[in-house]
Amino acid sequence: MTIAEIGSVEAATAALATQGYLADRQLALAVHLAVALDQPLLLEGEAGVGKTEVARALAAATGARLIRLQCHEGIDLHHAVYDWDYPRQLLALRAAEGGVDEGELFARRFLLQRPLLAALESDPAFPVVLLIDEVDRADDEFEAFLLEFLSDFAVTIPELGTVSAERPPIVVLTSNRTRELHDALKRRCLYHWIDYPTAERERAIVHARLPGVPDEIAARVVTAVGKLRDQADLYKLPGVGETLVWAQALLALGDEADLEETLGAALKVHEDMLRVRERKVLEGV
Amino acid sequence: MSEPAVEDPIANHSLGDSVVERLAALTAGLRAQGTRVGLGELLTAHRALATVETASREEARLALRTVLCSHHDDLERFDRAFLSVFGDGRPPADQALNELGEIERAALPRAGIPGTAEQSAQDDPVPVPAAWSDVELLRTKDFARYTDAEVAVAKEMIARLARRGPTRISRRTRPSRRRGHAPDLRQMVRASLRTGGEPVQRRWRAPSRRPRPLVLVCDVSGSMAPYARMLLQYVHACVAARRRVEAFAFGTRLTRITNELTGRDHDRALERAAAVVTDFSGGTRIGAALAELNRVHGRRIGRGAVVVILSDGWDRGDPELLEQEMARLRRTAYRLVWLNPLAAHPDYEPLTRGMRAAVPHTDQLLAGNSLASLEQLATVLEEE
Repeated sequence: MTIAEIGSVEAATAALATQGYLADRQLALAVHLAVALDQPLLLEGEAGVGKTEVARALAAATGARLIRLQCHEGIDLHHAVYDWDYPRQLLALRAAEGGVDEGELFARRFLLQRPLLAALESDPAFPVVLLIDEVDRADDEFEAFLLEFLSDFAVTIPELGTVSAERPPIVVLTSNRTRELHDALKRRCLYHWIDYPTAERERAIVHARLPGVPDEIAARVVTAVGKLRDQADLYKLPGVGETLVWAQALLALGDEADLEETLGAALKVHEDMLRVRERKVLEGV
Repeated sequence: MSEPAVEDPIANHSLGDSVVERLAALTAGLRAQGTRVGLGELLTAHRALATVETASREEARLALRTVLCSHHDDLERFDRAFLSVFGDGRPPADQALNELGEIERAALPRAGIPGTAEQSAQDDPVPVPAAWSDVELLRTKDFARYTDAEVAVAKEMIARLARRGPTRISRRTRPSRRRGHAPDLRQMVRASLRTGGEPVQRRWRAPSRRPRPLVLVCDVSGSMAPYARMLLQYVHACVAARRRVEAFAFGTRLTRITNELTGRDHDRALERAAAVVTDFSGGTRIGAALAELNRVHGRRIGRGAVVVILSDGWDRGDPELLEQEMARLRRTAYRLVWLNPLAAHPDYEPLTRGMRAAVPHTDQLLAGNSLASLEQLATVLEEE
């Protein structure tokens, strides 16, 4: 299936499903719209609900190239778009024995491509899925730049000129909501909030991702995770990622597998574990 | 592109009018609830409706929701607006107006803002300090004894104090004159061009400073009423003046008021905040409020934030819970400061149950009863 063939909600669901990603209707619709309208898709949700995985699955299912930009504190143009290869430039200056002009020094061969430039310059014959991960970790300046980038799909390198995309990539942004993104950036994007899956869907996800896990383990883990998520006063609720690890842990332990003993697969805060054990939340699961 | 959308009927069996009008009503409903919907979104909504093939109501709802919402809080507002526009034929405009009216009616009395101050600030010339000594006297005067005129004078000083806040070293670098930081290869290559390729001049880059996240948690319960109006003014000034500031108010429960306080107009901002805070001048359950802060907003606070709690520590809740949550907060925050107006008294000792539980987990206990004490807070915030 190619990107262009995602022409309906069903097609989007099917495409993601080929990669073991079971999307609910709302998410599939958001993906379909992002492709149909050529608009960036902003995904928010609790940790571990599979935000990043959407982009991966979409790229893998459609044979598109996945280009990932992991945002971090202090990220700037030189991490995200391009940088000059300074050591090589200095060497070239040396080798030329005086008398290099600026054009030669800032030529294409000294340019280092970073993810966003790679997405712009990619061969238009092959579609690109550009994943801008954890955009909330970047600062406001970078967000302002992204806003510009996402509207024009072009960047200007002062020494070389403007580079623009012949075919804009499909863009997926994810945010963990450690801070609120700027309104302008949000309004440029389609927005989808990924919730925890229903028990039924989560069981299907376990089977899709871990084919070796028998149904009883899947059902047991999903019930246990559901009970944990019902405990409103836990500091950190388990995500789908934790469910998968927990199921794997139970599978590896075989018959002696005990939910209480393997609780560390799902809960990562000491107080949470104490609370769950004290209240015997997992009793009888 | 938008032409077919106009003809494309959504849930047409119950509606006679065109999609255009319905969408306009929907966006109006969203705007009335505070969601920002621009012309761009409206156009995208039309395009989205055109691409959704089935003419089912649910499909249209999901498509519109994806396009028109840009915020988690918007989802609920959207569902309300959608229901009133496409729902059981209830008149949408009436309802929205009613709701709005209620909020406005409810906002003022609960805000604890003296009504006369608002009028006099608009009708009369704004009072300014007559002499330097006026300001000096005001600095140490207790907030609870402020007159309305003094509140207006203090406003500017508070705004100035609010600009001072915590910073941290960033991973971003900027050009620096001092040697010894990382070399600035970019500038050195440029400079070498002028010297025939020989890197004669050395250039350097040093890390820059950025605002450190600041979280202000303000007690608006009954016992804090004399101080709440000035402290909320400070909180608003912080939100307006700096980036990365989060504001919360609590009595018996916690309310995030950052979005409401955004904007320069102080009185409007406080009105908006008063409309969402439902427990003004009620009881206090600090432990429960902090529990919610830790859980629901834990990631907004994140590591490395300075958390300031503005409260007198009169807690009617469970001191054990308060102690637990303070301990957690201190472990996740960079620094935890407690601002207690009662602490201004020279004989003050943290004897109330709440303060006894909380004090061991605070990095600093400061008074919060006067401009001088806010100045002290600003200094503490600026410390590394």
